[in-house]
Amino acid sequence: MYDVIIIGAGVVGCSTAYWLSQYEMSIAILETHNDVANGTTKANSGCMHAGYDPQPGSLMAKYNVEGSLMAKELCEKLDVPYNNDGSLVLAYNQQDVQTLQELYQRGIQNGVKELYILDEKETRKLEPLLSEKVVGSLYAKTSAIIDPWRYTIALVEVAVENGVDLKLSNEVKAITKENDVFTVTTSKGQYKCRYIINAAGVYSDIVHEMIGEKEFTIIPVRGQYFLLDKSEGEKVHLTLFQCPSKYGKGVAVCPTVHGNMIVGPDAETIQFEDLATTSEVLNYIKERSALTMDCINFKENIRNFAGVRARSDRQDFIIEESKSVKNFYNLAGMASPGLTAACAIGYHVIDWLNTKEKFVKKENYQETRKKVHFKDLSFEEKNEMIAKNPAYGRIICRCEQVTEGEILDCFNSPIPPQSIDGIKRRTNAGMGRCQGGFCGEKVAMILKEKLNIEFNEILLDKEGSNILMNKAKEGDY
Amino acid sequence: MYDLIVIGAGPAGLSAALTAYEKGLKKILVVERDKEMGGILNQCIHNGFGLHLFKEELTGPEFAGKFIEKIKETNIEIMLDTMVLKLDENKNIYILNTKGYQKLSAKAIILAMGCRERTRGAIATPGDRGAGVYTAGAAQRYMNMDGYSVGNKVVILGSGDIGLIMARRMTLEGAKVLACVEINPYSAGLRRNIKQCLEDFNIPLYLSHTITDIKCTNNRVSKVIVSKVDEAYNTIKDSEIEIECDTVLLSIGLIPENELSKEANITIDQRTKGPVVYENMETSVEGIFCCGNVVQVHDLADNVALEAKKAALAACKYVLNERTFEREIKVEVNKPISYTVPQKIHLPIDEKLIDISFRTNKILGKCVIKVVNSSGEVICKYPREYVIPAELEKINIPVSLIKDEKNNITIFIEED
Repeated sequence: MYDVIIIGAGVVGCSTAYWLSQYEMSIAILETHNDVANGTTKANSGCMHAGYDPQPGSLMAKYNVEGSLMAKELCEKLDVPYNNDGSLVLAYNQQDVQTLQELYQRGIQNGVKELYILDEKETRKLEPLLSEKVVGSLYAKTSAIIDPWRYTIALVEVAVENGVDLKLSNEVKAITKENDVFTVTTSKGQYKCRYIINAAGVYSDIVHEMIGEKEFTIIPVRGQYFLLDKSEGEKVHLTLFQCPSKYGKGVAVCPTVHGNMIVGPDAETIQFEDLATTSEVLNYIKERSALTMDCINFKENIRNFAGVRARSDRQDFIIEESKSVKNFYNLAGMASPGLTAACAIGYHVIDWLNTKEKFVKKENYQETRKKVHFKDLSFEEKNEMIAKNPAYGRIICRCEQVTEGEILDCFNSPIPPQSIDGIKRRTNAGMGRCQGGFCGEKVAMILKEKLNIEFNEILLDKEGSNILMNKAKEGDY
Repeated sequence: MYDLIVIGAGPAGLSAALTAYEKGLKKILVVERDKEMGGILNQCIHNGFGLHLFKEELTGPEFAGKFIEKIKETNIEIMLDTMVLKLDENKNIYILNTKGYQKLSAKAIILAMGCRERTRGAIATPGDRGAGVYTAGAAQRYMNMDGYSVGNKVVILGSGDIGLIMARRMTLEGAKVLACVEINPYSAGLRRNIKQCLEDFNIPLYLSHTITDIKCTNNRVSKVIVSKVDEAYNTIKDSEIEIECDTVLLSIGLIPENELSKEANITIDQRTKGPVVYENMETSVEGIFCCGNVVQVHDLADNVALEAKKAALAACKYVLNERTFEREIKVEVNKPISYTVPQKIHLPIDEKLIDISFRTNKILGKCVIKVVNSSGEVICKYPREYVIPAELEKINIPVSLIKDEKNNITIFIEED
């Protein structure tokens, strides 16, 4: 019997686990997929928004701004990349300039620091390759970018070190409650607990309704992206949004923490978690991005992907105890700025639990995590590492310069990878311009050996994504 | 200090190192990232290699073996399992292997890093993102190096040679290759491969078609939608064909791998994606030469090995201070020629002939390739029965005809 079960190992569930694991309580996380950060968390722009966008007084405004302030220190503690070069909202006409003023005022009301309205010249000084059409901008210096999956993996790695049970490949099928004890039935087994935190993302309404009344509905909103080579990444320094107008929110052009350029997303309401990309939308994104920068070379695209935002039928985050089920806490409707807000949302879950009973902090707990980033080491440090472990001297992923040592390291972590993409999300291997064309096979063979599985059990990513089917014939044909 | 460092031990690197050794360079190092020499040849177990160079039909590993055996008889130093992480203009390389990270210097460097395959991202093929989509070379590696097949029902996108070779290979392994889909109105592969790998196995080739959607079921490819395209490559409405399959192999082109070259500030030709080179395969950085698929994508490994010899001879002359040239001229092109290699020529030089290779971006029938000097005079002509994009075209220009040229020569094609 656990004190708390968290349903969903996305950034919200994992952040909740991270903070709660500092308290004397037993916690399990139940996750459908074979890895954390495998839903909305893995497919977005990676932007940590400053907080000028949400309506003042909303939960979005509160947690966005708080999350934005917490993120830098948290990323340092977790040893994950964080880059706060800031963002620009670009204006194209006088109407837009008016809108920038509104955003600025909203930002001030929300408590956002270091916001500036810039004229055209100042704007171009910060970002020289903007299109001719730009006439001014709102500069948010506190806006940042992160790597959403590494961040989430790091959060939950620390949580697991602190005693949290992470139950992967456990899809929640049913929830019942008797005498204040919940029984959660998954595809793998049954787990009992006294409190449930629902962080099931796109499925959070379905999970809630397994035991509660209908209180909200998730409306999945798909967004598609281009991820471009580092040659394009050099062209952009800040996260570049287009001024929202009657034509919609526009598409963003942003750098990634790994030095690539990401372009997108659109916003398309869909029926279920459909992650397909479509040529119509990709063409729209290309065209629309030219307003921001018309020099983007889409021939340098290395990957398209789609993510699904878990928007709800309310205009705001849903952070509240279920009205129909006592001790069941919903963290739902985590559309943008959900990634930014996640750390603050998780941080405050204890406030709700403490209204139920008193949980005390552990005497000893982990807050930090350290990883080897071989590429970033100095000449001498590289040699020291290789002397200790020669596997750091062998490059597996040539595009991103990821060593065998770093890949082997992740099998010694609290959540070893179960798939090729699991290794990619932990180390960057396969993230580069050849998209695993060269290293995919090497990574697959390491995975096979370390997990001690058969060739036809090697997964690209989720269950069912087996990459190899048959053994080659032997001898002559 | 080495006389010469060669980066890469594929057909280009091996041939270059051997030639340099035969021409008298003493201290030669070859750096190879893989655990053995041979490069991509090791996974090319089909035959057809060596017809030009050795006058016999060899497999990829046999072809590589010819060079490897000879190299083993020399004192050429080979560093395997070693990655060059950085190259600079002063001909220093920074290498990483299990012994450590170190800086090495050479009088001359030959780049022979080869190329990589274009990916789904490069052509932005929409659809689901499950398993089952591989570049043809990656599937070839699984098949020929590890002994595993990636699928049972295969559609091949693009008609590059590796895709064609894999169509045959997968068929021989019991897979059903349902179609080869090429967006251009002509094939990108060699005619012999179209014949031997598709036609002989009754695999349909859909020209002017492309994959417009990839569908997955339970995270693995289950279907592709193939559509016809017009001359501007726009998909034609209601031309969709649905093909149920579990695998898509991509053979949509190769890109010279020049990330190291860019770091050394070597000028890259945006058309070839390889370094701009002189007739002696020297890059814009003096003393750094290049050869093989890092320069331009070749059709045959034989030609790669020959180009490598040229680079090695030039590197020797550079190291031994035997250079004669004082100036340079440019090689310009007219449509439908896409580019030439070399893009520049040093003058004066001792050689009698200059090889120029190029590709066109359309099929031409009976035609004449003409070379014009900067005064507008046609200085030589080369009649051809046909010229096709899939085959690298070559001409030799007698140096005597351009020895007084000061600016540029232009190459163009006239159809009869």
